Amino acid sequence: MERILFGDNQFFGVNHVSDEKSRAQMMKFKEDKTILRTIDIAREEGVNTFMCTTHDRIGNICDLIRQEPDKYKGFNIYPCMPYAHKYANAVTELGIVGTLKQYVPGNFFGSLFKGGIAFVSKDYMAMMELLIDAEMKMFKGINTPVIFIQNVLTDLIMGLGMKDVLKEYHEYIIKKHNAEPAYITMNMPMLLDMLESVGIKNPIICSSINIDGFRMSGGKELYEHTLKTREVRGVAMQVLSGGATPVKQALEYVCGLPKIESILFGASSKGNIHETVSLIKQFDAQKQPV
Amino acid sequence: MVRVALIGAGKMGISHLAILGAHPDVKVVGVADTSKIVTDVLEKYASFECFSDYKKMLDKTNPEAVFVAAPTKFHGTIVKELLEKGIHVFVEKPFCLNVNEGAELVQLARLKGAVNQVGYHNKFIGTFEEAKKIISSGALGDIQHFVGEAYGPVVVRKKQETWRSKPEEGGGCLLDYASHVIDLVNYLVAPIDKVHGALLKSIYSGNVEDAVYALVETNNKLSGVLSVNWSDETYRKMSTTVTVIGDKGKIIVDATEMKIYFKEDKCPQPYTKGWNVKHINDFAEEVAFYLRGEEYSAQVDYFIKAIEGKVPNNKNTFETAWQTDSVIDKIKNNKK
Repeated sequence: MERILFGDNQFFGVNHVSDEKSRAQMMKFKEDKTILRTIDIAREEGVNTFMCTTHDRIGNICDLIRQEPDKYKGFNIYPCMPYAHKYANAVTELGIVGTLKQYVPGNFFGSLFKGGIAFVSKDYMAMMELLIDAEMKMFKGINTPVIFIQNVLTDLIMGLGMKDVLKEYHEYIIKKHNAEPAYITMNMPMLLDMLESVGIKNPIICSSINIDGFRMSGGKELYEHTLKTREVRGVAMQVLSGGATPVKQALEYVCGLPKIESILFGASSKGNIHETVSLIKQFDAQKQPV
Repeated sequence: MVRVALIGAGKMGISHLAILGAHPDVKVVGVADTSKIVTDVLEKYASFECFSDYKKMLDKTNPEAVFVAAPTKFHGTIVKELLEKGIHVFVEKPFCLNVNEGAELVQLARLKGAVNQVGYHNKFIGTFEEAKKIISSGALGDIQHFVGEAYGPVVVRKKQETWRSKPEEGGGCLLDYASHVIDLVNYLVAPIDKVHGALLKSIYSGNVEDAVYALVETNNKLSGVLSVNWSDETYRKMSTTVTVIGDKGKIIVDATEMKIYFKEDKCPQPYTKGWNVKHINDFAEEVAFYLRGEEYSAQVDYFIKAIEGKVPNNKNTFETAWQTDSVIDKIKNNKK
């Protein structure tokens, strides 16, 4: 994975510390071209990987990228699935069965229901696989070497203790999509335990990691200890913890941690993108043995 | 270990179940839901013991506490049955469709000494808790007026019918969305006891309202406006805001941000005269397991701790949720 990953929250009005700011961002990024222009600014700074949710509008961005294959040669997208609000709103409206009927492709689901055929374990996994394939469709022809599950789903599966589902997901991403399976979570140490328990070694895990300990469930010390003592390929997100600490100090902390392979950040302006990238490079350079 | 069971594994039920599943002091002894596919998946992959009939589950698993996340119309009957068995109850909001039924349950819970809590999770959000402290301290001076608002994209086009589109089953923006706003105002300002006028408007739904606008008054004579609309797609998800204006300052608070204006230098530390802006990361308390906001984990944890006797049973009790139900009832009776 690249050291710096460019995120997409700012494009879709996802802001964990201000509803007001999130609405302003939605206005700013109304046009798909404005999003792509910002991605280009990050590319000019040498950030060649875009980590994004499978939001409908990402499909439009992918269309634009496919139109210019030379320009985006070597550009990577790390999809994070699913865009949970799509399904959550559907469950509110249609119920769980109604949502599955709406989103599982083809008449797979309908036919299962019609005959009152008993569900066997294989069917649910086939359903999950169809949903993954449906979410991946928009990225056709684009490099997607790492595929993440969104934290709300990872953590739901974990809380319910459905380890085998994680294992099946892991194997399916490798087998069918020829990519590295990865996980976003708000409970990194707990997830690492669960993944190891089903034989998944040294997994890619993206989680909140910041100097303020914001959204580091189980505590900052436990996270630091986990990174120091265990095998994990860490991706740090929410590194600025919503702006509570000055940028420089916040990035210095994250750059100094072991096992953090990548740092994910999102920004809307050229100035902020440049500042973040330069600081990470600067702190990384200081770490290099002379 | 507290032995807990769940009745109703829909969206909120599953969310509670995951949080309970990860809680170190909880053993989930059973899950009841009428949907075969839900219980089937849970049994197969999550190894919870599942039941299609909650009565059978109660007999067989003998839980100390039960989370009720079944459709609202069933709350009254189920909660009564649980309390009569001496079981502690956490029930989703809104509490009951019928205020008399709710009042009876408040009494019954008291009589049985059962720990009782309702899922108004906003009270576990750091920004609202801070706002409560400031308002209670009197730092805003004499309060003149308040505005409670919530907007979100639940019903943004005409669509197929579910229980949420049936008023008799607890559907509609008043019960689903406005209940949160009413409950917050009751908590932050004072209990609302008069409704001077209310508009319940259908926008896309055929049978229920999609928006609620009401002019209300609290029991200490403060005036306020409620403005709630679940058909506003300019919001990515539900956003709830309370504004309170006093003669010494003003506060605007939502789940992520708190903006306070103080007229004078004399104001609580660390705030200063003029505008002060604080964010959720200034207040959020760490939780052991995070699923979808600290508040969802914190409310479950609080209920479990209340059963263990570690905290008082004083947050989101049946009684305060019943007060919210009463305001809902008054709005229904005053609608134009």
